[in-house]
Amino acid sequence: MKKIVPVIVLALLFAIALFNDSALELSPTWSWVVTILLGLAMVVVLILSMTGKMIERRIVFLFVGISLVLPFFMNFTMPLNVSPVVQTLYDALNKLPKGSKVLASFDYDPPSAPELQPMADAFVKWAFRNDIKVIIVGLWPQGPLQANLSVEAAMADPEIAAKNPKYGVDYVNLGFQTGNEFVIQGMGTSFRAKFPTDLYNTPYDSIPLMRGVENFSNIDFVMNLSSGYPGTVEWVQIAVDRFGVPVGAGNTAVQAPQVYPYVESGQLTGLLGGMSGAAEFEKATGEAGQANTFLLSQSFAHLVVVGFILIGNVALFIGQNRRRAPLV
Amino acid sequence: MKREIPLIITFVAGCVFVIQYFIPHWPFNEFEQVFTDWFSIVQAFAIWLGALSLLKFSMLKIQRRQKDWYMSVIIIVGFAVMVAYGAYDGFVGMNANPAYSFRDPGTHFDWLYQNIYTPLTSTMFALLAFFVASASYRAFRARNFQATLLLIAGILVMIGRVPVGDLITQFLPESYRAANLADWIMNPLNATGQRAIMIGIALGTVSTSLRIILGIERSHLEG
Repeated sequence: MKKIVPVIVLALLFAIALFNDSALELSPTWSWVVTILLGLAMVVVLILSMTGKMIERRIVFLFVGISLVLPFFMNFTMPLNVSPVVQTLYDALNKLPKGSKVLASFDYDPPSAPELQPMADAFVKWAFRNDIKVIIVGLWPQGPLQANLSVEAAMADPEIAAKNPKYGVDYVNLGFQTGNEFVIQGMGTSFRAKFPTDLYNTPYDSIPLMRGVENFSNIDFVMNLSSGYPGTVEWVQIAVDRFGVPVGAGNTAVQAPQVYPYVESGQLTGLLGGMSGAAEFEKATGEAGQANTFLLSQSFAHLVVVGFILIGNVALFIGQNRRRAPLV
Repeated sequence: MKREIPLIITFVAGCVFVIQYFIPHWPFNEFEQVFTDWFSIVQAFAIWLGALSLLKFSMLKIQRRQKDWYMSVIIIVGFAVMVAYGAYDGFVGMNANPAYSFRDPGTHFDWLYQNIYTPLTSTMFALLAFFVASASYRAFRARNFQATLLLIAGILVMIGRVPVGDLITQFLPESYRAANLADWIMNPLNATGQRAIMIGIALGTVSTSLRIILGIERSHLEG
């Protein structure tokens, strides 16, 4: 029974957070009170660890779960600065004239959606609002379906719905193609050869948006959202280095460090890294979305993890000193 | 001939890809297109092979009543349900007016994707956060100089990557705030290290590729 309590508490909290429609939102004062209580609980863990009683991992899980869920009920605003790598991407996109054709490659699947979907949503909304034509492709099988979710989210926006972007004219989903980086390479010669039909089996030549699009020379910008292979590295190595098309990217936080060298060298035109990159992009584009909400959760979770690292190390040092102390 | 033919195909395909990168004109661009198509076809078959292999493995596990065999039942049922609904929606959609795809919003397949596949896979990924926290508490220790450096860098990046970092360090001068320190770690330090690793990997890839193209390295033909 004792072992099940943390699971029940977490399940209840997640369930309430899932169905919470702001009715249970705490006032800023209560938000601070809850935060301080969480901090005090961490102090208890510190004291226990210092006395040599390492807490069970279920308790660690409970702390992480609570720190992830509580922010959904809180009323906090935190300063968020747009970092240079995000600003570079936004500036490059913003320079595109109306009617420009942007190829959006959705190279991820649902596990990475919490980080990448907010970027995709903000990008698609921004594109529709600014009359940018979006050509969607996917090097991952689930990518084009994730793109559809972003299009649906954009269409739910009253202002965009009023503009009524038309499928095949303002945007198109060419679907998934196997072949990893060879698809990118093939697109350098002929889009038609790699995507003879769209996701709904419409022939390439019957899609108004694709008329006049032969290869990358007819594309103004590539936006790549990726969580692994094939992804940003392949787009840089082939689309940028070989065919000279500018590429901007959004990556998971885990993958972002691997592509930083490409940003520094100028091969990659900006980078959105993880949830913070998504939130900064939302701020830059003015498309407030999920990332800003999720970022508060992530802030709390990061603090809790850092707290546990410090507690673990304090316990280690105190334990070492005890062992070194001479017996009286 | 069982070894010679794959070696010849590897040699020709490898040479064509190398040459067409530097000379993207006829006939190399045509060859490249052909080999790229081959690659896509082979990979499409590999997806089928993977699916069939998973089914075979799961069935054998059930037949032999191996540990956690009931998980294999879930795999097979999940596989069958997704394929069946995909095929059903595809067939109905093909004959509907206007025609629609099995992936369109509102289909059974789409419902399964949105409400079962997506939450399940996201949950698996989200579990990482819990295990990382637990492992950090128990194992991420400053036992020596290198581990201490890693620990400090890790903490700075974790704090600097979220807005609370700037909130905590707002009393410090601009360039010493958490976000700027995290950027400094990510850009000059991380980028330099990553670049060195990438150059090393690239050199290794070139040498291994040359060995494979020239038939010196033949381990891929075994098994």
